[in-house]
Amino acid sequence: MALADETRVPGAPRNSALDWLYRREGRQIIGQVLIVIILGAFLWMVVSNTIYNLQKQNIASGFGFWDNTAGFDISQTLIPYSATSSYGHAFWVGLLNTLLVSVIGIVFATIVGFSVGIARLSNNWLVARLATVYVEVARNVPLLLQLFVWYFAVLKNLPGPRDSIQLPGGSVLNVRGLSLPAPVPQSGAGMVLVAAIVGMVAMIALNVWATRRQRETGQPFGRLLPSLALLLGLPILAAALMGFPFTFDYPVLRGFNFQGGIVVLPEFIALLLGLVFYTGAFIAEIVRSGIQGVSRGQKEAARALGLTSGQMLKLVVIPQAMRIIIPPLTSNYLNLTKNSSLGVAIAYPDLVSVFSGTVLNQTGQAIEVISVTMLVYLTLSLSTSAFMNWFNSRMKLVER
Amino acid sequence: METALRATGTEPRSSRHGTAVELVDVHKWYGEFHVLKNINLSVAEGEKIVICGPSGSGKSTLIRCINRLEEHQKGRIVVQGTELTSDLRNIDKIRADVGMVFQSFNLFPHLTVLDNLCLAPTWVKKMPRAEAEKTAMHYLTRVRIPEQALKYPGQLSGGQQQRVAIARSLCMTPRIMLFDEPTSALDPEMIKEVLDVMIELAQSGMTMLCVTHEMGFARSVADRIIFMDRGEIVEQGPPSTFFNNPREERTRTFLSQILNH
Ligand SMILES: Nc1ncnc2c1ncn2[C@@H]1O[C@H](COP(=O)(O)OP(=O)(O)OP(=O)(O)O)[C@@H](O)[C@H]1O
Ligand SMILES: [Mg+2]
Repeated sequence: MALADETRVPGAPRNSALDWLYRREGRQIIGQVLIVIILGAFLWMVVSNTIYNLQKQNIASGFGFWDNTAGFDISQTLIPYSATSSYGHAFWVGLLNTLLVSVIGIVFATIVGFSVGIARLSNNWLVARLATVYVEVARNVPLLLQLFVWYFAVLKNLPGPRDSIQLPGGSVLNVRGLSLPAPVPQSGAGMVLVAAIVGMVAMIALNVWATRRQRETGQPFGRLLPSLALLLGLPILAAALMGFPFTFDYPVLRGFNFQGGIVVLPEFIALLLGLVFYTGAFIAEIVRSGIQGVSRGQKEAARALGLTSGQMLKLVVIPQAMRIIIPPLTSNYLNLTKNSSLGVAIAYPDLVSVFSGTVLNQTGQAIEVISVTMLVYLTLSLSTSAFMNWFNSRMKLVER
Repeated sequence: METALRATGTEPRSSRHGTAVELVDVHKWYGEFHVLKNINLSVAEGEKIVICGPSGSGKSTLIRCINRLEEHQKGRIVVQGTELTSDLRNIDKIRADVGMVFQSFNLFPHLTVLDNLCLAPTWVKKMPRAEAEKTAMHYLTRVRIPEQALKYPGQLSGGQQQRVAIARSLCMTPRIMLFDEPTSALDPEMIKEVLDVMIELAQSGMTMLCVTHEMGFARSVADRIIFMDRGEIVEQGPPSTFFNNPREERTRTFLSQILNH
């Protein structure tokens, strides 16, 4: 004790209760407490002020509005919905529309990104150049502008229904969107469905078996054709046996518009194209830098062992590049999901447009509507991150 | 020890016939820079060659031309009777015959030691996995680390990693092994364990071309030492004459630098 006292800096406070003020941990705690207090005060001010204003305007609070009749139509609904449905119902319609465009967008952006990223590193001059031009254009033009280009310049300039572009298989493309024939099941269609499921299961089993066989005998098994035969051949065979138990509801021109079939809205197509084209360019850059981040020595070792360039890419380069690629890839998936809210600018009925737009306007309940919307995006983001973190931890290198 | 070391199919050769590698008037440029000048070299089957020379003299470039990691622009390179041209089939054939060990090991960090060893046999030679594992364990035992089979490269010491790298090349049963300064990234206490493995490999009759500054190794193992400077082969000969009676002034300067430090 005496020793400790002597090592004190002269003039430092002797009061031991105040001692921790002069230590690093003490300072850190004080700093954090201050931040919490300031943030809390700020939030309280904003919220209480808003509540006060809303009360003054006679706007209700709480979620009582959830079951009230919405009274407006939505152009794209994945679940049954009409103007007489509730606000809550409209929320789910919007959420599903957001999920639809995001999930499909993520899948295609990933395919585009990986292909273009690999193409940028191609030895083929033309391929590499084209990929570079695409990346530079798509990354450097604002997404909102790209959406306008796809929507107003491309899709809204398509011919009207009477001069529709006829696509193979009875589909038509016009200014109102893409109309696809819708299959209508007749009696016996259940058998075809069963055959399709059996085919899919058999295909998975075949691939598991082929992987194991290659491990055991070294002989690769051409799996593409048998897989396709199981996946497509089996349902087709079943359909033939049942006498093709489907009729198709073809889009047909009635009056000024096409009726029937499945209609894909131009707003959806434009938003999807924009998100894929834009995000794909960023993913391409991530993939390129990930591949370049794998050391030259790795590629040389693979080549010296006699691996072909395809095998080198698949077995040596991509698995190592993935650990560089995944974290920024995750944030691009999140960006795509959040950017889908820009669809509001071209009237795509996503969550923001339907719920934070129309519902909020009609009810005026900003706090509830915005909080719910934020909570949804937060949940989407956190679950995407959680999944990608799990994926990343599987890719991690084992170090000493 | 001796018997365990013998690679399957590489019996020691007392008499040497056949040419393993033949370089005739080989030139290479990096842009304007003339990195290999008029290289003529004939390596007999089973011969051990040590290549030395100052930094930047083109030693790595020379041996990397032999398995086409680098392309030569003039002259002929023939490996086990196959000429290196831009014909991909020839390149594949030659790479199957030639193994290479790098200064920086270049093990695949995302695969276990065993998977590192099995990768090329299963994918290039289409060998059944069980057989590939058996071969892998055989060579891991030869380099004396069978117990590390299930670890990842990042969990091994440098010397162990380099021995795995040697075993990985041997799994493809090459007829020629190229070494590019295999011990220069290693701590002194690990150099010996790698050199011991290389000495045993030499005794098994493998044709070897080693770029190295380990002069003790060169003295005891090499049949011929090649001294390169500024892209040329300046002098070559058996270790006794090379170390005791170098003809060229440049060789003498180099030897005095390397032996006296
Ligand atoms: N890809 C390249 N592009 C241009 N110059 C290169 C390239 N690779 C090597 N060089 C040059 O070629 C010369 C020979 O290089 P090389 O690596 O063969 O030398 P080295 O004898 O192996 O040297 P060290 O003992 O330092 O490994 C050096 O001057 C080097 O700078
Ligand atoms: Mg070198």
